[in-house]
Amino acid sequence: MEKLDTLKLTSRMNARVRKNAIWKSIFFLSTLFGLIVLAVLIIRVLTQGAGWIDINFLTGRLSTDAERAGIMGALLGTVWVMLVVIPVTLIIGVGTAVYLELYAKRGKFQSFIETNISNLAGVPSIVYGLLGLTVFSRLMDLGNAVLAGGLTLSLLVLPILIVSAQEALRAVPGHLAEASYAMGATKWQTIRRVILPAALASILTGSILSLSRAIGETAPLTVLGIPAFLLPFPEGIFDTFTALPMQIYYWTLDSSLVAEYANLAAATIVVLLVLLFVLNSIAIFIRNKFQQRY
Amino acid sequence: MAKNSDSKTNNAVNVSEMIVQNKKKKSMSNLMEKLVPSFLFLLASITVLTTIGILYTLLLEAIQFFKAVPIWEFFTTTELKPLSQDPQFGVLPLISGTLISTVIAMIVAGPIGLMSAIYLSEYASDKVRKVFKPLLEILAGIPTIVYGFFAFTFVTPLIRTFWPELGATNILSPGLVMGVMIIPMIASLSEDAMNSVPNSIREGSLAMGATRLETTFKVVIPAAFSGIIASFVLGISRAIGETMIVTIASGSSKNFTFDITQSMQTMTAYIVEVSGGEAPAGSTIYYSLYAVALTLFVFTLIMNLLARYVSRKFREEY
Repeated sequence: MEKLDTLKLTSRMNARVRKNAIWKSIFFLSTLFGLIVLAVLIIRVLTQGAGWIDINFLTGRLSTDAERAGIMGALLGTVWVMLVVIPVTLIIGVGTAVYLELYAKRGKFQSFIETNISNLAGVPSIVYGLLGLTVFSRLMDLGNAVLAGGLTLSLLVLPILIVSAQEALRAVPGHLAEASYAMGATKWQTIRRVILPAALASILTGSILSLSRAIGETAPLTVLGIPAFLLPFPEGIFDTFTALPMQIYYWTLDSSLVAEYANLAAATIVVLLVLLFVLNSIAIFIRNKFQQRY
Repeated sequence: MAKNSDSKTNNAVNVSEMIVQNKKKKSMSNLMEKLVPSFLFLLASITVLTTIGILYTLLLEAIQFFKAVPIWEFFTTTELKPLSQDPQFGVLPLISGTLISTVIAMIVAGPIGLMSAIYLSEYASDKVRKVFKPLLEILAGIPTIVYGFFAFTFVTPLIRTFWPELGATNILSPGLVMGVMIIPMIASLSEDAMNSVPNSIREGSLAMGATRLETTFKVVIPAAFSGIIASFVLGISRAIGETMIVTIASGSSKNFTFDITQSMQTMTAYIVEVSGGEAPAGSTIYYSLYAVALTLFVFTLIMNLLARYVSRKFREEY
């Protein structure tokens, strides 16, 4: 019997182990790559924009003069749009999720609606913009009012909210509902007083996350023809508005004409990112604090 | 037991009142039981209405467009000059712009996303994964307009310092930045696919003396292949539909070219440019919006359906 060449064997083994180690560091570096870009992006935006943020910038009106320009109008516009998006998406989204999870019979219709929702989630946001332009702006004659923008963004984030609300409802254990039925409660009473409260924290978390998606969305608003330069502040849902991402968009485009506009865009990005960070922190806080585990 | 303290003195009336009240309550809640499901059904049908609305508006207006510009001409003409005296409506420049930016993005996002997924799923300890995954999710949560700003004011000037031929607006830098944006999507979907490969298979391979690398490439990836491909296809779909990065950083040149240092317009950026401008409703250029949007919609729909088909058809069951 031939003797094993241990020398050859260990050298081959070592080569394989070394190859493994080399690839491990390559995999690690590619994971780092995304994070490094994230760090560069944030540092870049902060160094460029943070110096421009002061009370005048936050509360001032727009101006062509970079030194005097403020984003109060865009901030208010974003807030007004949110005041439309929150109730609309919550009512439709949670309602749809309750219907699909608790009322609809498992069958063709239910799977049709669910397939439809996952397809809607994949439709590019710009296409929603065209839907909004055709239906809300022109057909319902809302123009570029807050309501048109808010409804368009609502439709856009609805699939995200529905899916997360469905997951939240599914996570409520069946014995809670059964206990409620056993006490003589009807189905709707059980849903309203037992299932929805139990799923509330997860639903809120999901709705905040879909809201932050709506806040940062720009493409559908560009299609609606949101004005580049708007002095009056929006005071209701039928007023013309501008929003933070739109302001970033226009200042970035015009930065080739006036160099300072790039800094204004960066400063607005800082404000937008802080807003998103706060929203996401609230979502995480709610998830950790109120979510019950059964 | 009655809540009403005035009626406490007269028990007989109280009981009959209670019965009446109870009946009222019952009929109310019976009514609710019947109304609520139909109301919720109406809410659920809004999502279906949205789909119908999208299809209806796109098709209706696109048909108007194809009355003015034959569909054959639209898909074969390489010239797009919507504003000239003799307007040309060829969608090919937009399709090539879209495909080139998508290819650049996937060259970045595909390998890096997959390698991140391999690291997180096969190599990283639980502790490391708990730190890295949320950080990658931040990357996915940054609004695309911010990436557009980053591509235009940072990445393009950076590349131009050592590649001066690059235009101030070009397709390369938005493509690269779009790739970074898609990394977390591919990483997290691929990682999910690899995580669902049962440990027994992995351990079987390791027990035979295979290294982690060999186990990953010869056992885990083949087992998770359908999920990984699906994540790539969804990444492509995302890149095709991405709007703000290319609108800002790639300009609005409608030339039919394959030179990545040049400005190119994607389908999405065309929609932004034309709708943001003063295209009067009813003009051919206005209808061209919907024809381009319909093309874009069909592209992404095919990709999404393909992703679902791949992940269903080729899934390995354990």
